[in-house]
Amino acid sequence: MSQGVTQLESRGETRGGARQPVPGRRWSRTDTKGWIFVGPFLAVFALTFLAPIGYAAYLSLFRAQAFFGTTEFVGLDNYVQVFTDDKFWDGSLRVLLFFVVQVPIMLGLALVAALAIDSARLYAASFFRLVIFLPYAVPGVVAVLMWGFMYGTNFGLAADLNDLFGTSIVPLSSNWMLASIANIVTWEFVGYNMLIFYSALRTVPGEIYEAAALDGAGALRTVLSIKIPALRGAILIATIFSIIGTFQLFNEPNILRTLEPNVITTFYTPNLYAYNLSFGGQQYNYSATVAIVMGLLTAVIAYAVQLRGSREAMK
Amino acid sequence: MSTSPLAPRRSPMLTVLMALFLLYTLVPLAWLVLSATKTQDDLFSSPGLWVGDEFAFFSNIRDTLTYRDGIFLRWLANTLLYVVVGAGGATLLATAAGYGLAKYRFPGRRTVFAVIIGAVAVPGTALAVPTFLMFSNMGLTNTVWAIIIPSLISPFGLYLMWVYAADAVPDELLEAARIDGAGEIRIFFTVTLRLLAPGIVTVLLFTVVSTWNNYFLPLIMLSEPKLYPLTVGLTQWSAQATGANAQPVYNLVVTGSLLTIVPLVIAFILLQRFWQSGLSAGSVKQ
Repeated sequence: MSQGVTQLESRGETRGGARQPVPGRRWSRTDTKGWIFVGPFLAVFALTFLAPIGYAAYLSLFRAQAFFGTTEFVGLDNYVQVFTDDKFWDGSLRVLLFFVVQVPIMLGLALVAALAIDSARLYAASFFRLVIFLPYAVPGVVAVLMWGFMYGTNFGLAADLNDLFGTSIVPLSSNWMLASIANIVTWEFVGYNMLIFYSALRTVPGEIYEAAALDGAGALRTVLSIKIPALRGAILIATIFSIIGTFQLFNEPNILRTLEPNVITTFYTPNLYAYNLSFGGQQYNYSATVAIVMGLLTAVIAYAVQLRGSREAMK
Repeated sequence: MSTSPLAPRRSPMLTVLMALFLLYTLVPLAWLVLSATKTQDDLFSSPGLWVGDEFAFFSNIRDTLTYRDGIFLRWLANTLLYVVVGAGGATLLATAAGYGLAKYRFPGRRTVFAVIIGAVAVPGTALAVPTFLMFSNMGLTNTVWAIIIPSLISPFGLYLMWVYAADAVPDELLEAARIDGAGEIRIFFTVTLRLLAPGIVTVLLFTVVSTWNNYFLPLIMLSEPKLYPLTVGLTQWSAQATGANAQPVYNLVVTGSLLTIVPLVIAFILLQRFWQSGLSAGSVKQ
């Protein structure tokens, strides 16, 4: 039993991406032929990822002149402005709160669902797996339109539920808006995360469960001592994807803005802010700066979570 | 199957709990299907999870497809173009690159990987604004290329393919093909692709979903409604309901949304067998 767990942990994740060559493993080629296959991806990647990052960095060092339509070099002034910009921090703190509350709930639900489907105690498990994953196939835009209708007190559903429970919740009011958005995001992605966890559970060798059963481990003990440790890597990856997703929140607030422009401000999330600076205010240089600072913040937080997760795995 | 050998008893209790979860998943979809059968007036006056007075499903579909000279069909065709070229190209690039990283050692390989992982940490939407500015300087905005080119990169697809190819393509087989005198590219198209098929279907599924659902990129890149994909078109219809000269077409938004979902759901169900196996093999190895 314990041996099984240590074996799982000692295999560890490959870090930094490049796989360590296993001793005795023959590599096919040591020349440059690999570039034939990697080159095309990298060429497009350079155009769509690296160039925009570089261009944004360049833009962030300039500022438009008020009168002449020219730009002047201002060094790091834009960055100083972002760090003292209340609108930017308002949105950033909002997505941070969203991350602290919504992500654990969503991943917790996904974990419970994955464990239940994997437990073989469920009737029609494969049906559950497919249906819970289905919302992932629903375009985010459609999900928001759908929930937006349902939240509206016009269309009956929110009103019906309030009548049923004797409550008077208005989902799209300023008090409830963030929770309503969190619910939409949870609905969309809980199945996707469930699938990541479920796939990881499938890779646990059956012998380990047999050994655990022989050692007299019950179902709960098996979950705590085998399944959860086996899911560490998957939980880490899901958390990092969720961080990136949360900090980029845009679709939901942007579409709900058409319903409730007074509740959702132009700077409700940092991404919405960057978008509105560019397309509402033509402030391209400042918008690029906001985008870069946001990217750096995301990378730092994702990296911190990854370090912590790797340390946990080392224990 | 990696379940306990003792074959645990099925639990009605757990099944009931999960059924609640299922309900949460399905209620919005049920609401959408029911709402697509209602006229605009019934949408406001009838209970959300019940039918309206009039069964307007077919007239809604007809109106959706013919509204404004059939622009919805145009959006559908655009979406299909972006998906076929974008997701198809993304899958091919990710497959080739994943295989190259897994099976070849070449100078710069580690650097390549570090750069890709580092760039992926930068939020994609944060890049969208600079990408827009760059593309507009290149004269690419408001063309199909503005949508297709960025869709060609799927870092997650590359990662999946790399893990999958490392296990699914035996080195001995490649060596044997080389001894038989086949070139690297020919080996890739005749030997490798066949071995990678389940992984390819999985990556294709994810790239299709992400291009089909793409909203932010076309929203900023396109100003010409004739080039819109479904997602942007639908939000435009939805936004018609507010503003100075509002023309609400809620029933068309609802029906259009349903029509947008159906193809993907069908693809999911039909391809289930393939993507499930590809995902397990390419899952996060411990």
